[in-house]
Amino acid sequence: MSLATPADIGPTEFLAARARWRPVEIVFWLAAITPYFIAADYLQLAGQILITGLFALSLDLILGYAGIVSLGHAAFFGLGAYATGIASKHGWGEPLTGLLIGGLVAGVVGFGASFIVARFRGLALIMITLGLDQIVAEAANSMGWLTGGADGLQGVKTWPILGLFRFDLYGVTAYWYALIVTFLFFLLVRRMVNSPFGLSLQGIRENSTRMLAIGARNHAHVRTVFTIAAFIAGVAGALLTETTETVSLETLSFQRSADVLVMLILGGVGQLYGGLVGALIYMVARDQFSDINPQYWYFWIGLLLVAVVVFLPNGIVGGVKKLGGLLGRRGT
Amino acid sequence: MRKAFALLAGVAAVGIASSAFAQQPVKIGMIVSYTGQFADTGIQLDNGFKLFWKQKGDTVAGRKIEFVRKDNGGIAPDVAKRLGQELVVRDKVDILGGFELTPNALAVGDISAEAKKFMVVMNAATSIITTKSPYMARTSVTTPMLNDALGRWAAKNGIKKVYTLVSDFGPGLDADAAFTEAFTGSGGTIVGATKFPVAALDFSAYIQAAKDTNPDAIYIWTPGGTQPAAIGKALAERGVDTSKIKILGQDELTGITAIKSMGDLSIGIITAAMYDYSHKSPMNAQFVKEYREAYNREPDIFSIGGYDGAQLIYKALEKTGGKADGESLIAAAKGMAWESPRGPMSIDPETRDVVETVYIRRVEKVDGQLINVEFDKVENVKDPVKEKMKAGAK
Repeated sequence: MSLATPADIGPTEFLAARARWRPVEIVFWLAAITPYFIAADYLQLAGQILITGLFALSLDLILGYAGIVSLGHAAFFGLGAYATGIASKHGWGEPLTGLLIGGLVAGVVGFGASFIVARFRGLALIMITLGLDQIVAEAANSMGWLTGGADGLQGVKTWPILGLFRFDLYGVTAYWYALIVTFLFFLLVRRMVNSPFGLSLQGIRENSTRMLAIGARNHAHVRTVFTIAAFIAGVAGALLTETTETVSLETLSFQRSADVLVMLILGGVGQLYGGLVGALIYMVARDQFSDINPQYWYFWIGLLLVAVVVFLPNGIVGGVKKLGGLLGRRGT
Repeated sequence: MRKAFALLAGVAAVGIASSAFAQQPVKIGMIVSYTGQFADTGIQLDNGFKLFWKQKGDTVAGRKIEFVRKDNGGIAPDVAKRLGQELVVRDKVDILGGFELTPNALAVGDISAEAKKFMVVMNAATSIITTKSPYMARTSVTTPMLNDALGRWAAKNGIKKVYTLVSDFGPGLDADAAFTEAFTGSGGTIVGATKFPVAALDFSAYIQAAKDTNPDAIYIWTPGGTQPAAIGKALAERGVDTSKIKILGQDELTGITAIKSMGDLSIGIITAAMYDYSHKSPMNAQFVKEYREAYNREPDIFSIGGYDGAQLIYKALEKTGGKADGESLIAAAKGMAWESPRGPMSIDPETRDVVETVYIRRVEKVDGQLINVEFDKVENVKDPVKEKMKAGAK
């Protein structure tokens, strides 16, 4: 029943088995297209869920796979959002290169920060990432001439994608754009965590001393994954800027860092789909609960979070996997 | 042939629209922060808005009014923009309202412009907001309006030398610029200017430095919170006598909670505001009474913004006979004038921004209660930033 180990089948087959697409994954991505056909009024929301899901995926990469606890991941999201926004404000609103600009700026800062991050674990990391986010947020606040300060960045205009698809009021373009970009980065992350590099990250997460003992370059691995995660978070931020044509200091806030962590925990840490599922549940719940009562929706989110943490230690995705396992066992 | 068909379709559309007109309700979408750091602002705004409909009933010109409320959750223009799109696309609202925070109002401005929806900004106070959409009007105030009026008033009332002390924060810098320009433009002199950090909590050194320049007045701008109490303490500690060195500021400095936290130290502080619950008029007395009965607290500047926002929507709908498209409503709103609990106010037909009286008040103890007592006013104040834009364009 349990997964095959490299001892049984050899490393190449082991990795290939891990990377194999399961039917439930195909169903998941097919389901991601359905809003276009059945819920056209909800495409705006669907687009923002995908963007937030991509952001959560980038956090999962460092938290779920490398064990780097971060309470300041919004720093990279916001950097990407501002970089793209500022480029657009000054006359470069091309969306695809805009994503690259956002990702690169966040990635470069992430690479710089990774030298500090790689040296610490646990509580110290929480403080360092939190501090980093605060520094970036305060810098953006005081550089009002560049960022627009407390009023937010004004004058962001995104050009049509490839000169063909204009961003519309109904959110159709934004939705497909977010879906495709998120899916491509998901493929990248999926490939990465199922590679030898991904396995060594999980080794570092489980026991970093032992990884050193078998000759792994822990620091280099952590630096690499942190930079990649920062790049992806920057791309998510850039996506938000391009689809909403606005950037505010809130993209850098502690609240955003905390929210994305909550989503990831809801969905399931280290489950690959945890971020996407968490963002989906959190944002749909927020949308529906706040329609019922705009003042007290947070109560239900809180209740949901407590219930998930108590009953589903691996989040909703973990719970579904467990359920699938139980059913599978009964079937055979 | 095609032309004839288009004409026919047009006639049919008008026919459908006018028959749908009578039964279909007018939908108002409210985007307000009911949760997060600014929840109290949002709730007060919505309270004022709701009180108006409670008084007038929810039918205008034969059409029922329906409300859709969305929580913005604080400063989040991306969320505001999505909510605005959803209100237009999914809920099919005719009018957008609320907006206590500038970034959110700016983001939804684009939607109002694109979807041609009437939008009423009921609090956010940055000048440029109303330039974002030709279908937008404002019923609150702008930060430069208050400070411009205060600056002109100060120069006219024997204050020659002012030291300015402002929070190093966007709105504070705007306020400072408006005050300084109006004050020096009317013949006053700024003898010193300092910006304090947004999170400053000890003001002794700043107040001492200001006092040392021996000014007639110190102008202070703070976003509120715990700072007014700390400023009050520093003023007392440094021995600033408010009868000799006047303390000038914008309403936040002596807001309801600020006065409470400062206590007697607030006595003598002069501020400019467009509304206070202690304003003396029969209409305001009635408004405050009903507000207290409904929500068990005093109305504040946010409540009055929401109340008059509802009033503007009501009056505009009356004027259009229930037609709720953006073009008709903004045309009706332009130049609309009415008597509010805050006093006379109107919508500038050119800029669609608010025109109103700015009151100059001094904190005094009346019957054991600290109150902002109005002792002077500047009438028909318009947003100075847009006036300058107009002058620049000519």
